[in-house]
Amino acid sequence: MSTRTAELLASIALIVFSLGLMWTVHTDGLKIGWVPERGPGSGVWPFWLSLGMALTSLWTLVRWFRRTTPESRNEAPYIESDRFGLVAISFIALTAMIFLVAIVGTYISIALFLGFYMRFVGKHSWPMTSATVFGAVIFIYFLFEWQLSKYLPKGLPMFEDGFLWLDNFRWEYFM
Amino acid sequence: MFEIADLLAAGLLQSFEPLNLAMILAGCMAGLFIGAMPGLGSVNGVAILLPVTFLVPPTAAIIFLAALYYGAMYGGAISSITLGIPGASTAVATVFDGRPMAQKGKANQAMMAAAIASFIGGTISIILFTLFAPPLAEVALKFGPQEEFALMILAFATFIGLGGDDIPKTIFSILLGLVMAAVGFDIISGKPRLIFFDMVEFQRGIGFLVLAIGIYGIGEMLWTLEQTGGKVKFDRVSATWAELKKHLGEIKKYLPTTSLSSVLGFFVGTLPAAGATPASLMAYGLAKTFSKDPDSFGKGNISGVAAPEAANNAASTGSMLPMITLGIPGSPTTAILLGGMIIWGLRPGPLLFANNPDFVWGLIGSMYVANFVTVALNLALIPLFVRVLAMPFTILTPIIFILCFVGVFATTDRMFDVWLMLALGLGGYLLRKLNYPVAPAVLAIVLGPLAERSMRQSLIGSQGDVTTFISISEHPISLGCIVIAVALMLYPVWSNYRRKIANKTAF
Repeated sequence: MSTRTAELLASIALIVFSLGLMWTVHTDGLKIGWVPERGPGSGVWPFWLSLGMALTSLWTLVRWFRRTTPESRNEAPYIESDRFGLVAISFIALTAMIFLVAIVGTYISIALFLGFYMRFVGKHSWPMTSATVFGAVIFIYFLFEWQLSKYLPKGLPMFEDGFLWLDNFRWEYFM
Repeated sequence: MFEIADLLAAGLLQSFEPLNLAMILAGCMAGLFIGAMPGLGSVNGVAILLPVTFLVPPTAAIIFLAALYYGAMYGGAISSITLGIPGASTAVATVFDGRPMAQKGKANQAMMAAAIASFIGGTISIILFTLFAPPLAEVALKFGPQEEFALMILAFATFIGLGGDDIPKTIFSILLGLVMAAVGFDIISGKPRLIFFDMVEFQRGIGFLVLAIGIYGIGEMLWTLEQTGGKVKFDRVSATWAELKKHLGEIKKYLPTTSLSSVLGFFVGTLPAAGATPASLMAYGLAKTFSKDPDSFGKGNISGVAAPEAANNAASTGSMLPMITLGIPGSPTTAILLGGMIIWGLRPGPLLFANNPDFVWGLIGSMYVANFVTVALNLALIPLFVRVLAMPFTILTPIIFILCFVGVFATTDRMFDVWLMLALGLGGYLLRKLNYPVAPAVLAIVLGPLAERSMRQSLIGSQGDVTTFISISEHPISLGCIVIAVALMLYPVWSNYRRKIANKTAF
């Protein structure tokens, strides 16, 4: 996809999105004008500003047709093909990590993500990878669970149990 | 005057408390590191590390983040000089002469000049800050909702007039941020608004930190990965005491430009759209114009390194001025700091000086101390930071992603916000590639609730009469802000017109 096509698609998507916002304000039954005795209605702000978003995107679309924006004259690929793989794998791995949090919990998930990324994307050695993984997991546990008293997600009960044991141990001996 | 001296002394004392001093040290180190990493700047560091600061009281937290902000300005020069790619956008101008100096084998001198110029810039601007902040806050105390709203309009107008980005796309970005700020329960009527797909999670709104971490954490890393392909090359640098001593004799060569750049940087920094990047570019231009030997610029002139470095440090302090006194952030980084202050339960704006003097003066005091700490750390640890640059992106990227995820979850306790962060990060990255500026959206989501409230309060007070904002008898300050805002918004139209005329006469 060229940058030119990307700008066309983006400006159309943003117009639709802005109109969708205005529609949402309407279906929520919010007043977009002056409410007697009460002042400006609660829909005034989102409605009229969304209209502004739609108009500015329309403006971009018009300029796309007239080829006045630099992007609309740019036929180069939107994302260079030799870089696309790296960006895509990074984003997909991150998405997978966040998805896995609900199943195996924060710590196993970040360990898998970091291990995968360093070993297979970065081609780092196993000792380097495992040292960083252990360091990161312990650091996050110590900083967030211990110091900030945040209970990060632990996943399904079978995974959560292991951490409950660890938490008990910590409360028993270190608090 | 004596009152200010008293308060400043108390602030300095406060910044020497063990916790605060530790925060200064940690912040400066983190800032130097983040600034030195290509692609990461102060705004990324502040966004990603804000959740961690809930560990300490607000004063210590802001001291940490301000020191980080500050340190990142020093750190940016490190990769500009050794890699030839700016460590942060604020250090772009440092590349122009820093890189040629490094190629001539004078990387050490360039680094020292950058550090010392940064120190001068920081010192001059913090003195200006101390002098300007209390009177400005005093004036701002009299502001009503009309003035608040007009000031915010002015802040957004600076993006349109001075931001230098595509204008319709800039306006879109501002409006998007303002609308995102409206998601959730309405502050005045209590009605739920913009609950997309009837998902109850949207009732709590879109946190500014979710957007900021999405854009400056996830989006920025995707951007950097694409730009660099995950690889960097650099020159080795080592600084010794003997060299430093020799260098101190050279300071007088660039002292005049540096001082001028510092004052310029401070005032440019106070403008929301301008900030450190344009300040450093302007300082570079100015140094070149006033130089006796303008042709040597771009080929390794030491003033070409000193001027932008002094200006970007001065601008970072300058951007704190409107944040502390008016509650209007002077840069994306201070927008996130402002959002942080709201989370900490403080109300940013002129009342801070009256209600939380410990907080304000602790911060100001810490900026004096941080300046000394950073220059010392920077000069002492140059070789270490250069080695840091060798850290591959394939380690840095996943660690930053993990910090983004854990940081967002720890702040809001909801996986929903983590998914939202991911979506906003990807969206921000894709739009940024099409030249949509992202900083105005971050500023807008922070200011959105305040702007909407002040607009509605003003209109309720005036019975719906919109001329209340431009009434010369009742709200002259508001009128003044609106006039300047309109002028700023029309400025690009005017300069475009002039360019067309110039083109016509040329042919």
